Amino acid sequence: MLAHAIVFYFFAFVTIASSIMVISTKNTVHAVFLLILDFVSVSCLFIMLGAEFLGMITLIVYVGAVAVLFLFVVMMINIDFTELKSGFLNYMPFGLLVGLVILIELGMMAVSWKYKPDFIAKNPTSSAATSNTESIGLLIYTDYIFFFQLAGFILLVAMIGAIVLTFRRKDSLRRQDITKQVSREREDSVELIEVISSKGVKIND
Amino acid sequence: MTEIGLTHYLFLSVIIFTIGVVGIFLNRKNVIVILMSVELILISVNINLVSFSVYLNDIVGQIFTMFVLTVAAAEAAIGLAILVVFFRNKGSIHVDDINSLKG
Repeated sequence: MLAHAIVFYFFAFVTIASSIMVISTKNTVHAVFLLILDFVSVSCLFIMLGAEFLGMITLIVYVGAVAVLFLFVVMMINIDFTELKSGFLNYMPFGLLVGLVILIELGMMAVSWKYKPDFIAKNPTSSAATSNTESIGLLIYTDYIFFFQLAGFILLVAMIGAIVLTFRRKDSLRRQDITKQVSREREDSVELIEVISSKGVKIND
Repeated sequence: MTEIGLTHYLFLSVIIFTIGVVGIFLNRKNVIVILMSVELILISVNINLVSFSVYLNDIVGQIFTMFVLTVAAAEAAIGLAILVVFFRNKGSIHVDDINSLKG
């Protein structure tokens, strides 16, 4: 039990320390790396809790996709991030005040929370027979299939939205326009002119 | 102290949530750090859901966490896309410059 406590405190300390540094570091690239550290330790905590599947999913989605996306954007945008840090101290008193109030409120809830003694789990987590992943799968493809499909639809919309937002058609690039090619008529480009001798042809263009 | 219960995880979640909210207040000018603070808030919600799910022995909390994860990923993708387009148009990501919608 002591080892369990030591491991929990270690991961909790790493999580809290790295999230404090995410919001206070000057260099945004460092902030992204600290965010990755934060996500990794949170996923370790999930695995400690017994939610192995979610631990791995957190690792894949947050570290593999979201954090790398952040890193790409931070490195693509070429601006002076230290300039953006100015005014940090101006917002400090108000931010800390609001943070303190939220901390006290939520802390009071966490301390005084008691669940009803007659609470019975409708969908028990992994028993000895089924693993964590299996019990999630058994539920998500049956009772929650609609929400599962909806989640996929949200991702589809987000993907299309991101592409539409960032897509930029370059005018300098000469692309093939098939409709224009196919709908082209003979009269559009060829003209037969009776040439009068020794007068020449006036080309109007 | 050595017995790690639900309260420990709840307090961890509370602390990370607060850090996320304070981060939004402190980094009023840097949109990227604000988005990262939102990610912190969402992961604290995930910790809360998973710890309740484990301690009440009900797996629905973990399924809900997956949906939160989905929305977080979609939000990050859209947010960063908007940020890239904004930077392309204005040449800065200063929050105070984002006022074109005021009309």
